[in-house]
Amino acid sequence: MHPYIANTPEDIQEMLKAIGLESVDQLFDDIPKDVHLNREIDLPNAKSELEVTNYLKELADKNCSLSKLTSFLGAGAYDHYIPSIINHIISRSEYYTSYTPYQPEISQGTLQYIFEFQTLIANLTGMDSANASLYDGGTAIVEAALMAAAYSRKDEIIISRSVKPDARKILQTYAHVQNLKVIEVDVKDGVTDVEALEGLVNDNTAAVIVQSPNFFGIIEDLKTIGEVAHRGKKTTFVAAVDPISLGILKKPGDLGVDVVVGEGQALGIPVSFGGPYLGFMAVKNDYIRKIPGRIVGQTEDLDGKRSFVLTLTAREQHIRREKATSNICSNQGLNALAATIYMVTLGKEGLREVALQSTKKAHYAYEQMIKSGKFKPMFDKPFFKEFAITSDLKPADINAVLREEMIIGGYDLGLEYPEFEGGVLYAVTEKRTKDEIDKLTSVLEGI
Amino acid sequence: MRNYDKLIFELSKPGRKAYMLPPMDVEDVALDSLIPGEFINEEDLQLPELTEVDVIRHYTNLSNKNYGVDTGFYPLGSCTMKYNPKINEDTARYDGFANIHPLQSADCIQGSLQLLHELEQSLCEIAGMDRMTLQPAAGAHGELTGIMIIKAYHEKNGESHRNKIIVPDSAHGTNPATAGMAGYKIVEIKSTKDGLVDLDALRAAVGDDTAGLMLTNPNTLGIFDKGIKEIASIVHEAGGLLYYDGANANAIMGHARPGDMGFDVVHFNLHKTFSTPHGGGGPGSGPVGVKKRLIEFLPVPMVEKNEDGYYFDYDYPNSIGKVKDFYGHFGILVRAYTYILTLGGDGLKRASEMAVLNANYICSQLKDYYHLPIDTIYKHEFVLGGLKDTLSEVSTLDIAKRLLDLGYHPPTVYFPLIINQAIMIEPTETESKETLDEFIQAMIQISKEAASDPEMVKSAPHNTIVRRPNEVKAARDIIVKYEG
Repeated sequence: MHPYIANTPEDIQEMLKAIGLESVDQLFDDIPKDVHLNREIDLPNAKSELEVTNYLKELADKNCSLSKLTSFLGAGAYDHYIPSIINHIISRSEYYTSYTPYQPEISQGTLQYIFEFQTLIANLTGMDSANASLYDGGTAIVEAALMAAAYSRKDEIIISRSVKPDARKILQTYAHVQNLKVIEVDVKDGVTDVEALEGLVNDNTAAVIVQSPNFFGIIEDLKTIGEVAHRGKKTTFVAAVDPISLGILKKPGDLGVDVVVGEGQALGIPVSFGGPYLGFMAVKNDYIRKIPGRIVGQTEDLDGKRSFVLTLTAREQHIRREKATSNICSNQGLNALAATIYMVTLGKEGLREVALQSTKKAHYAYEQMIKSGKFKPMFDKPFFKEFAITSDLKPADINAVLREEMIIGGYDLGLEYPEFEGGVLYAVTEKRTKDEIDKLTSVLEGI
Repeated sequence: MRNYDKLIFELSKPGRKAYMLPPMDVEDVALDSLIPGEFINEEDLQLPELTEVDVIRHYTNLSNKNYGVDTGFYPLGSCTMKYNPKINEDTARYDGFANIHPLQSADCIQGSLQLLHELEQSLCEIAGMDRMTLQPAAGAHGELTGIMIIKAYHEKNGESHRNKIIVPDSAHGTNPATAGMAGYKIVEIKSTKDGLVDLDALRAAVGDDTAGLMLTNPNTLGIFDKGIKEIASIVHEAGGLLYYDGANANAIMGHARPGDMGFDVVHFNLHKTFSTPHGGGGPGSGPVGVKKRLIEFLPVPMVEKNEDGYYFDYDYPNSIGKVKDFYGHFGILVRAYTYILTLGGDGLKRASEMAVLNANYICSQLKDYYHLPIDTIYKHEFVLGGLKDTLSEVSTLDIAKRLLDLGYHPPTVYFPLIINQAIMIEPTETESKETLDEFIQAMIQISKEAASDPEMVKSAPHNTIVRRPNEVKAARDIIVKYEG
């Protein structure tokens, strides 16, 4: 007997009798002999909870946890403070053991928090509406590109090289099978080269995609880029944002952005070796019927009570099949709940405070780092919580020294940008203390 | 119980706070001395102001409006709502797994890489495939990754003209949606009256333009397609490849493997077969396995091992590229591996056996009361076609809504599309005979009520907190955010 399997030998006999069979094996007689696995699966046999947890703890202990080190690594995954209540709420099994809310009568909990999530994301980004989530920030950018192509019936996607490299690679993968042409705009002084962009936007442009703060941590001039993007006919201006930055930066919706996407990991989700995270998408009204994924809408029940349902489902795969706006089905429900709790817990003052502290600490670290002249800024532009520094030292060598001092150093920009070889991207969140930053800069000075 | 009906925004009161940060310990300079004013938002954020107790109580009250596997029986066909073991939740939250940054150096992530490597090997053994990518975020994402691999294979062979994907009419909606998203035309072929792939229709459909066939086996009716070898040879002879939708893999673990059936590409839904939670709609995970000749097209990176330890290998020049940020849903992969270790090879096989036994047992007890379009031995699920009394005004939707009154999550309804009034029941192996018997009694009761008091069934549910919310109104008067 196994803890997760309930039938006793007696149950099994009774059930077989009711079916009219004599053995469990007969239930598999319909599988032809030549495809039947005539041996046992070559895996170890069942293990007790103690054996399993001992083994997995051993594996986990081979990693170096951020809780024991001081991290200045970001580049798309951030070590922000996670309020303790998030884990308590998402551990309620009424949430995490439920399915997609197809039966609204017994899914109002899920449906309502998604409605609240949509509201929070739409308000934060300054857009008309948001969906229930997408897989992650990278695929959200790609879904925005595909939506723009379907919306405009055009096939050129312009994306800035200051957008995170993973997202651009995923876009290439998808664009190939959809026969879309991806054009990358160069970076100038750490931001999208607007002059170059002007030369690229034309009537075939389906979308212009930028990220702000961009991969280098620098704030892009969305207003100006949007004006250039909209010179194209029916061109969609897409901006990927760090939601934490919206604690202090202008709302993309006020700057001419048509579609806002982003990575929501910073909203209370652990870095967890790269996933699961949280993609989000918020749009202006024109796009609501083209948006991929689930949307929850408010309605009334038979007794006139406010209630919530999945809505505008005619866009989706289970109804539209091959004509669906996307094939997405499962999305990031539980992580959208985590982000919802994060946003309402931090609230009006807290999100601003997290953003302010991150900015100010990042700028303090930057000033300390460049003080002696040994380390130089790679770019001279306004940044949020991440910045790029260069020196005569190799990034790998710097990080090896930092590692001995229990510090995780920054991201080696040369890995994805040959033109910025030698550059290191440091991220500073509100969690870093002045002492930790001072230690980082003093170790760097000593190398 | 009090009927809680507030939105979080309606609890907000100026001045309240649910968080506290340490005081700033670096010099507190003015923001506009760091960032130009033109970028700064001077308006208040549109976020609520609450206490921690407000937040906890609100979401606890909302959770009480939900029904999960831990609440009760959830026989939602094709979704494999099995028990989500608690040990999985613990292991995924281990400090050494949850707090690892994806870009840390190789020496810092050996434990994660080893787990990915071992999980890949385990899944390959279960599927009968040669290599597997763990990157895809969900089943549909796995399908897309797999179809892209098929496309890359044909392109490399100079056969880009293969522009059609064949799907049976019983397929999940994600199959045609995926093929469409990957730039393919879809050819739908009808099923036989026994619910199987019509071999003649398949022979007529394949040709020089066939890129592949997407198939679920057992299919969405819960029937193992015994013609699978023949299906595979028809598609392969035409030059196409076979894609296995693993949504129903819970039926066959340890008994049959897609790789041995002739499939070239396979995805598993870890949130179905491998017990990771559905989370109210994700995050899931949809690893994709391939046969040897397709390994070169897998998305990067793959995890390899040499004398120095484990590492990420990006050296796949013919790879379709990247499909996901970083390396996939690691936290979900930890849960799935925990489950595989816990059940072991013997437990996985037993799980499939009991899932199949449970489905056939319910079927045997309901077929006198409900229409069973195809009377056969099923695998892990089966499909009814409404009430046995075909003249009844009580529809499948009414039956589903009446089940809510009786304390059950209803089965999947109106799918597969090829069965009129479909009721698709998948009990899973984690349910006891007592639970099944109670559910059977509830279903029989409804069939009797449909005859004795059809109006009562048609107006169900009667005791849920809301009753048949108006979906037409929701789609017409679109309200998708709170306006205050």
